[in-house]
Amino acid sequence: MSVDNHLLLAQTQKITPPSIEYSSLSPLLIVFAVALLGVLVDAFASRSARRVIQPVLAGGGFIAALVAVAVLHGRRAVLAAGAVAIDAPTLFMQGTILVFALLSVLLVAERQLDSSGGAIVASAAITPGSKGSTAQRVSADMQTEAYPLMVFSVTGMMLFVASNNLLVMFVALEILSLPLYLLAGLARRRRLLSQEAAMKYFLLGAFSSAFFLYGVAFAYGFAGSVELGKIADAVGTVGKNDIYIYLSVALIGVGLFFKIGAAPFHSWTPDVYQGSPTPVTAFMAAGTKVAAFGALLRVFYVAFGGLRWDWRPVLWAVAILTMVVGAVLALTQRDIKRMLAYSAIAHAGFLLVGLAGTNTDGLRGSMFYLVTYGFTTIAAFAVVSLVRTSDGEASDLSQWRGLGRTSPLLAGTFSFLLLALAGIPLTSGFTGKFAVFQAAIEGHATPLVVVALVCSAIAAFFYVRVIVLMFFSDPLAQGPVVVTRPTLTFAAAGVGTVATLVLGVAPQPLLDLANTAASSGFVR
Amino acid sequence: MTDHPLHYAAASGVFSLSWLLIVLPLAGAAVLLLGGRRTDRVGHIVGTIAAASSFVLGVVLFAALLGRDGDDRALSQHLFSWIPVNGFQVDAGLLVDQLSIVFVLLITGVGTLIHIYSIGYMAHDPARRKFFAHMNLFLASMLLLVLGNNFLSLYAGWELVGLSSYLLIKFWEDRPAAATAANKAFYMNRVGDVGLALAIMFMFATVGSTGFADVFGAAAGGVIGYGTVTAIALLLLLGACGKSGQFPLQAWLPDAMEGPTPISALIHAATMVTAGVYLIVRAAPIFNETQAARTVVVIIGAITILLGCVIGCAYDDIKKVLAYSTVSQIGYMFLAVGLGPAGYALGIMHLLAHGFFKAGLFLGAGSVIHAMDDDQDMRRYGGLWRYMPITWVTFGLGYLAIIGFPGLSGFFTKDRIIETAFDKGGTSGYLLGAIALLGAGITAFYMTRLFLMTFHGKARWSSEDPEGSQGQPVRHPHESSASMTGPMIVLAIGSTFAGGLFVLGHSLQDWLEPVAGEGVEGVHTFSPLVLTLLTLVVTIGGFAAAYLRYQLRPVESVAPADSEVTLVTVAARHDLFANTFNETVAMRPGQYLTRFLVWLDLVGVDGLVRGGAAGIGGLSGRMRRLQTGFVRSYALSMLGGAVLVVGALLLVRAG
Repeated sequence: MSVDNHLLLAQTQKITPPSIEYSSLSPLLIVFAVALLGVLVDAFASRSARRVIQPVLAGGGFIAALVAVAVLHGRRAVLAAGAVAIDAPTLFMQGTILVFALLSVLLVAERQLDSSGGAIVASAAITPGSKGSTAQRVSADMQTEAYPLMVFSVTGMMLFVASNNLLVMFVALEILSLPLYLLAGLARRRRLLSQEAAMKYFLLGAFSSAFFLYGVAFAYGFAGSVELGKIADAVGTVGKNDIYIYLSVALIGVGLFFKIGAAPFHSWTPDVYQGSPTPVTAFMAAGTKVAAFGALLRVFYVAFGGLRWDWRPVLWAVAILTMVVGAVLALTQRDIKRMLAYSAIAHAGFLLVGLAGTNTDGLRGSMFYLVTYGFTTIAAFAVVSLVRTSDGEASDLSQWRGLGRTSPLLAGTFSFLLLALAGIPLTSGFTGKFAVFQAAIEGHATPLVVVALVCSAIAAFFYVRVIVLMFFSDPLAQGPVVVTRPTLTFAAAGVGTVATLVLGVAPQPLLDLANTAASSGFVR
Repeated sequence: MTDHPLHYAAASGVFSLSWLLIVLPLAGAAVLLLGGRRTDRVGHIVGTIAAASSFVLGVVLFAALLGRDGDDRALSQHLFSWIPVNGFQVDAGLLVDQLSIVFVLLITGVGTLIHIYSIGYMAHDPARRKFFAHMNLFLASMLLLVLGNNFLSLYAGWELVGLSSYLLIKFWEDRPAAATAANKAFYMNRVGDVGLALAIMFMFATVGSTGFADVFGAAAGGVIGYGTVTAIALLLLLGACGKSGQFPLQAWLPDAMEGPTPISALIHAATMVTAGVYLIVRAAPIFNETQAARTVVVIIGAITILLGCVIGCAYDDIKKVLAYSTVSQIGYMFLAVGLGPAGYALGIMHLLAHGFFKAGLFLGAGSVIHAMDDDQDMRRYGGLWRYMPITWVTFGLGYLAIIGFPGLSGFFTKDRIIETAFDKGGTSGYLLGAIALLGAGITAFYMTRLFLMTFHGKARWSSEDPEGSQGQPVRHPHESSASMTGPMIVLAIGSTFAGGLFVLGHSLQDWLEPVAGEGVEGVHTFSPLVLTLLTLVVTIGGFAAAYLRYQLRPVESVAPADSEVTLVTVAARHDLFANTFNETVAMRPGQYLTRFLVWLDLVGVDGLVRGGAAGIGGLSGRMRRLQTGFVRSYALSMLGGAVLVVGALLLVRAG
């Protein structure tokens, strides 16, 4: 037969559209719809109205999606022609992402931080140093596109953790990343730093996406499919050209390691965390970590589970390097946001320790850890945004000197959060670390746990150093001001702090929830 | 000992209320401590009612036990799961049996009396409420100690008792001596507590449980090896020595007299210091298995009897003499319980009788001290009988009871101990009997000395104005108020009759038999009548010596200097150098050890940490330079990382 006949045959064949169970996709669809609606609102509503409608819309959408997630609990299916998997881990992580997004919206919507309003710039397009930039400094306006961008990003995150197909996963990766690149450049103060952060994040993100996509290609080359389940089946069959699958594991791993900020793919983290508006940093630190880890767990458990003895050594190496880099480099940071960024890197390493256990307990521990870390980190960044000078946030550590005397409540809360990040008992940081390390020991990864404990000890040093600085140094004469009016930031910080305490004292309900989700496992 | 009740019946009916025994005083303490100043005015009432209601409940339970069959009088009540860890299950539960109920009656009964006494004694103290709160806390702790049905509950009570004792010794914390004494008591008790804790760990390690039923079952069943059972018994003994002020841990008890006198009566005479005896009798199935440990108990008891007596002769402080008398009387109890099944009941019997007369003596001493404007030096007393008749009579009955005047408590209980010591047979029996007998004589001497110097002879004080007093202290002694004399009278009645009540018809011995085992009627070395006469002669000898020295000859109002008295007296005045011994053997080496450890910590550990921190800091500073801020170098590092990951995985594949 000639080539034309082939084409003809293809044209005459009927294409049956895949049946889609919209109800099971409802959380995703709700958030996606809200994002589109947000774009419309931004196009048609007045400036002042937007600042009210947008956060309400976004927050309402997240709550509605959260309800949908709750209603869906127990659902377990592969949907949309194998593209999306809805199972207990997916729902657990979607719910987590939504809660963190909700808290982040509170931070973005804050308008009482200084005279001119919140953390988001009035007009991102004005070049710093040009004519309009002086007027912009005092403008009370904000780029309300931030809300739909956030909601789009959340859509991407939720799809990322639900993808059962490497291509869908790639699309989700881009949906979650592109809005974040933009959001990183929207800081009201220190515009140049913010724009630089956005640019770096974009370039390096694109670079890592390329690795990911290359890995997807190799996976297809090996298995003839991009569906996770089929790849897993192919891994079991003998006689395939298995160099492709090893390349695929490596390259997909690189793409995902970049997203979670694991070393040596972490170098964007401090620059981006520092330059981004603090609410966006909080959102990235909590939300992106959950999404990227969700995807990482699914890919490595489902698709590459059969190869775990081969990728384990690499994972160990990455985990160790990440913990060491995070803990050691945080020691010499002078900027509080950079310090928290390195702390985020170290925590990514601890999470990888849980993954290294490669068992159900590891899955449970990782999911629990993600929740505890997200709450603590959002609260920590919320507190950071409250300490300000006339030039925005007082992010230099020396400016926090003696804050315990001038604002004991704030300093006390921040100390508590730092202790949680350090993993001191009676905070969620301890229970989270315990869950992860225990799983790793049971998964015969004891040396990794030893390294993790040493790194925890090193990390404790720089957390406690901040506490010492706040409580045992004399306050600066011209010290920063702690803003006292911002109710929304207080609310977010309060929720995060209370969650940190409650999960430290009574972690069992959430552990049970994570356990149920983990033991039911990923659907294939 | 196969007849030991290893399985306790479940508590039902009125016995299911036994937890209230502990909770009532605990609630009293909680109300008074949490209520703060608002409860100042009613504090003493609340505290006394809490103690009294616990006593009433104790009496009810006792009556209910009387109504049950003899071998069905041990009731265990499960309260809640205390430590529900996998592989380490400890349930909090109570055990009401023949032994614990007599302790409950002693603790709450004497406790209530002393609460009432304290209403008067502490009437002018601004912190009276706190005092009653701490006393209630003590009662609750002590009840937990005797009522727990496992060693861990006992240990919790044991530690709480130590805490409340500490709080009460330092009640007048603005006095440096009181604060020091409290610390000393606490530290020395810790030494003993470590023994108890280790014993419990041994039990758990070998038996897998700390419940009385399990541990005793295993001990009686021979499951535990001889070496282990001896180790457990000796460690228990160490704990008992600490709490009961036995040699070599006796030095804290006399110092503890810095606390208010009712506390000396309640804690450091009648109840807490007898916890050691309780522990040994409770652990009778363990001690029954090891002759070696019992021998050690006996030796410690014998040493302590003499040590307490001898030192008691040398002091002029009325409370110190009574304190050493307590040490020596508990020595008798240890001697008795160390004799094994023959002596357990005797030890308890002497303990109960001692609870009455020693509490009475202390309360009497408190009454005297009150009357003498807080002066405790007997050399400045004398001739007080005319001024405080009730105190004189009640104190006198207590005094007669302790020296073993025929018909009074001590006569019955101490004589039986001396008799049983002789009956042990062999050289050791003679030796122990002789020591116990000698102790009785010396007891008669120093107690007579105390009694005469206080109540009789010429007054060595003056009621005149300072001008007419001729250098003697000015005092206006008077009888104490009814709330103080009332308890003294009750205790005096108890001192008089309790001993006879216990001994006649073997009533207490029969009662305790299921717990303590059957007292074997061994071969008597001497016939009881001969021994009683012998004891009487020795006692009269002690009395006569004291009478000659302190009644017929005048007493100096200032103690003679060390150079004028014998070497023995000097030694006794210095507590037979127990403190010097402790300092040399324990404190100094301890200090050197801590100094060495501090040095090691500074140079070794800190050096390591500082060096490590500096190293990591330097590493951090160098690694930081990799973070250049240039996207190109970031991308390069990512590329490098990717190459490494790919290379590593390919390497794995090749391998």
